[in-house]
Amino acid sequence: MTGAAGRRRRAAGWSLAARYLLLLAVLALTVGPFLWQLSTSLKGPGEDIYRFPPSLLPHHPTLANYAEVARVIPVWDFALNSLKVAAANVLTNCAGAALAGYALARLRFRGRRVAVVVFIMAMLVPVESIMIAQFMTLRQLQLHNTLLGVVLPGCIGAMNVLLMRNAFAALPYEVEEAAFVDGASAWQRFVRIALPSVKGTLAVVAVFAFMGAWDDFLWPLIVLNDQSKFTLTVGLNYLHGTFADNQRLVAAGSVIAVLPLIVLFAGLQRYFFRGVGEGAVKG
Amino acid sequence: MGMRNAAAAVAPRDSGRRRGIRTHLPTSPWLFLAPGLLVVGGFSLYPFLSTVAHSFTDARTLRAGRFTGGANYQEMLHDPMFWTGLRNSVLYVLGVVPPLVVLPLLLALLVRRSVPGIAFFRAAFYLPVVASVVVVGLIWVWLLDDRGLINALLEVLGFGRAGFLSDPWLLLLSAMAVTVWKGLGYYMIIYLAALAQVPRELHEACAVDGAGPVRRFLTVTVPAVRATMVLVAALSAVNAFKVFSEVYLMAGAAGGPGGEDTTLVMLVQQAGTGLSGRVGYASALSVVVFVLTLGLMLSVLRANRGEDR
Repeated sequence: MTGAAGRRRRAAGWSLAARYLLLLAVLALTVGPFLWQLSTSLKGPGEDIYRFPPSLLPHHPTLANYAEVARVIPVWDFALNSLKVAAANVLTNCAGAALAGYALARLRFRGRRVAVVVFIMAMLVPVESIMIAQFMTLRQLQLHNTLLGVVLPGCIGAMNVLLMRNAFAALPYEVEEAAFVDGASAWQRFVRIALPSVKGTLAVVAVFAFMGAWDDFLWPLIVLNDQSKFTLTVGLNYLHGTFADNQRLVAAGSVIAVLPLIVLFAGLQRYFFRGVGEGAVKG
Repeated sequence: MGMRNAAAAVAPRDSGRRRGIRTHLPTSPWLFLAPGLLVVGGFSLYPFLSTVAHSFTDARTLRAGRFTGGANYQEMLHDPMFWTGLRNSVLYVLGVVPPLVVLPLLLALLVRRSVPGIAFFRAAFYLPVVASVVVVGLIWVWLLDDRGLINALLEVLGFGRAGFLSDPWLLLLSAMAVTVWKGLGYYMIIYLAALAQVPRELHEACAVDGAGPVRRFLTVTVPAVRATMVLVAALSAVNAFKVFSEVYLMAGAAGGPGGEDTTLVMLVQQAGTGLSGRVGYASALSVVVFVLTLGLMLSVLRANRGEDR
């Protein structure tokens, strides 16, 4: 009896060890490339970055590449542009989606169903298939080659509206009904009662709006031509095209681009994960 | 932006009617909706309609077009680049979807059990999702460089160096690998949520019956998360078909040697942008992207429903 139990415990121990071994292997595969990029960015000109076996840690770590990348391209301006675009995208998406979502979930009016259908249809149109027309519209508005033009088309995402609508619809009616009987207006009920109860979904919308804008490449690539207006992704593409041979510079640039998001992710991880689930159910 | 004004307009007007019950002003809900409808209408639905309309004209960036009937579509059929782009986008779907359906499921099973430190591993596996596709592309361009880490490794192992970024086919495969690498964590989270719904007893009963892990995976796990697998297939297929950034970064704006790696969305971008952009032709290409994307999504979902019967 004890022998069998011991054998089972030993088998469980082995399977646990195998599990950790696999976890570490996958870890090396997913995080390793980032660390290699970081390591490359910290290696000075005196160190051979092509040598094999590779030196995973820089022998004389230096920040010189970061100074150099800021010298050859205005990388901090790019970062500021990205930050502006991302911040604006967060504000407009949170406010716009909450307002529209509340009306769709809680206010009764003729045409509500049509409005829902409009948002669903908009969600189904792939951005890639309308980007040329969006660009033509921006040209007519004289907003091409501006950061406002980068933000505008996605500033209230249809999917965010529907996410907020679902969040509001899941709240219990009673509290709002009481407020309604007390004579609170729709606006008061929205701001005082409903909005504080959907903070979680609002955070999901905010996190994904930030990440979407910060990481987006194709749309800013189409809208912006002036280097001074580039966002980080477009600027990195330019850096890669112009200084392709200098891996240290490209590595430093990409670390600058990815670090803020890693920090954000580390702090707000559960909203990132929650958003995947909610987005998948909708999409 | 307009939303601020709308909000300000709602507040005073409604609070003035505090006494009345059921005095929704007929306009109030529309003020809530106005910013969203304006943006979605002006930047999704209107562009869609204008894309369809433009696709029947010879419009250019700086010149309104004349109606030319189906000329753009006809030209497309005779444009070898269109067929290259279509081939690559379809190949991308075929190459990327199977690994993105299977690997994240295995990954989810690996991180499912809450052993010490598992939260760290889950977060770490999600990291490539958080990073911009540009950063991810550049990381792999460096790894797959002729003198990069992977080629050095291959040489030491005696395989010789491979032109991951110069051979058109290897380039496309490399881009696919990067897409898979970047997507793993995302679909892993979707599977984790699905696995949480699978009752534990099913697995245990099966284990008691003496079924090995592979048998249990095929007879318990896969049927239990089949609906999620279809969802993942649909999502990853649609995204793969619209691939742009990975190929653009790794193969260059022209789509690799001789444009052999150009994808459909890259063609849209090439044809429709710039001061001499052929908006009409790019719109026709866009319509094709739209129709095929939607068709792809519907056919995956329908294949699933057909199986249920």
